[in-house]
Amino acid sequence: MTKLSLLAEAMVAGEYGPARRWAVEHQLQVGRMFDATDMVEVSQAHMMADPESIGLAGVELVERFSALPEDERRVAIPMITDPRGVDLDYYDPLGQTEEMADLERRFIKACRAMGIVMTNTCINYQTIMPPVRGDHVAYGDTGVVIYSNSICGARSNFEGGPSALAAGLTGFTPRYGLHLDDNRRATRRYRIQSQPTELTDWGVLGAVIGRRSGSYWEVPVIEGIERVPTSDEAKHMGAAMASYGSTPLFHIVGITPECDRLSDVDGERLPVEPITDDELKAFRGGFGAQGEKVDVVVFAAPQLSLVEMQRVAELCRGQKMHPNTAMLVCTPPSVYADARAAGYIRDIETFGARVLKGTCFYQQYAREIGEANGWVRLLSNSTKIVNILGGYGYKPALASMQSCVEAAVAGEVV
Amino acid sequence: MSITHKCHVGIGPRVEGRALVANDNFSARYDLDRIKGVFSRPEHVLAGKSYVDRIVVVNTAKGGVASAWMLYEMVSRGVAPKALLLNTANTILAQGAALANMALCDRFEDGDITTLVKTGDEVIVEPGLGKVTIVDRQNRRLFG
Repeated sequence: MTKLSLLAEAMVAGEYGPARRWAVEHQLQVGRMFDATDMVEVSQAHMMADPESIGLAGVELVERFSALPEDERRVAIPMITDPRGVDLDYYDPLGQTEEMADLERRFIKACRAMGIVMTNTCINYQTIMPPVRGDHVAYGDTGVVIYSNSICGARSNFEGGPSALAAGLTGFTPRYGLHLDDNRRATRRYRIQSQPTELTDWGVLGAVIGRRSGSYWEVPVIEGIERVPTSDEAKHMGAAMASYGSTPLFHIVGITPECDRLSDVDGERLPVEPITDDELKAFRGGFGAQGEKVDVVVFAAPQLSLVEMQRVAELCRGQKMHPNTAMLVCTPPSVYADARAAGYIRDIETFGARVLKGTCFYQQYAREIGEANGWVRLLSNSTKIVNILGGYGYKPALASMQSCVEAAVAGEVV
Repeated sequence: MSITHKCHVGIGPRVEGRALVANDNFSARYDLDRIKGVFSRPEHVLAGKSYVDRIVVVNTAKGGVASAWMLYEMVSRGVAPKALLLNTANTILAQGAALANMALCDRFEDGDITTLVKTGDEVIVEPGLGKVTIVDRQNRRLFG
């Protein structure tokens, strides 16, 4: 890196303690790989760090930092967290162990000592402090990053937990990737033929575009979307695109903030790639499963907004879940509190489902809880989660929110 | 006799090991049983294969940010690849390799690394020098 501030140099020299020295040295390694010439200040950091991912080794690393003197351990900017892996109010019935819960407790304690706010959410752009256009941030969770870049016009790379932690400690991050104008221009141009309607349609569209783009360094621009998506619709599309393609940014002509016109993102020079109805239909068909017994219905990935919680509650109200089916709903702690006040938690849990607070299903030892409960056939309206869970031993299937609840009542995919 | 492929400067130490190659993508969360040390996603080209102590060669990264922590956790238990070689890495794998001190290289000058290296090749990876050298090809000659 050719330009390093005096502050960064002092951190390298250890003048701000070992945690910040670790952080800046980590950033220098990553920055060198991506040809960063300097660091850019960031206004927030968001750290993905569920205990399944970080394991004992990651917890011990953070604990070492948390044991330092206060001026050496506290993060330098507002720093928040992605979903936890264990809902400490409800883990034994899921088949999660005391060992898992203890790892979670240790990590939470260490984070708090560092001044990290345990928001436990992957929808911070809906619930905490959305970034604004041009805002440089260091966000983890691919769904958070793609939404913040694309819908908010903020600037973040995918910052994995260690790099988000490093940014929190230093207050800056290497200036590469999506912090630079050149990397925000469109590289693929897609045109849709029919309009997505409900949440899963948006997810499927995102998945198909992500799968076709297939690289972190591709930036899709989408033509033909005729109405502004809701925040939840954009959330599902972005999360799926990032999941299938490792895609961190997309533009929608006339809708997203950096793309009033196709020419704003240099899209007019690109060949048009149609997204056909047949391709979308084939994607959905790949999950099949109609008529099969459903073991567990999951609403998660991303966590549900208050509006989604309301919709699930309305679908559940006055009905009873099939006795051989389980249903889990994941939402952030802040939404949980509002949903409880509104009566949505009562409606959903009277139905027979369980609302988990501050977790996300695939981040909470999905393999172990699947094995503990004998869950194989999983149904969800999240295109992202059905992509992830195949590797965890599940047979995932995709359906709309309404069809998911109907399946939970019937005990089979409807 | 050996074959050297130049690449962008990478991350991590010099390592040597046997290659495990697939024209497929990579995510520690989506694709691996990290306890058993095998690729577990049924659709993955390497499903059922052990990645432990191998030089894993794949096309690109996919999916989420979890791989950054997971590489570190895998290395801490000794159930990890020795190196990752990709046509294009994403930021997450680079960050994870930095934390885990795992060798990682991408952007090869000679083309598609998943065709340049074959499964079973003995490979030396030197991220700091931006080069990968095939020193032995099992049951086949490197030239001619």
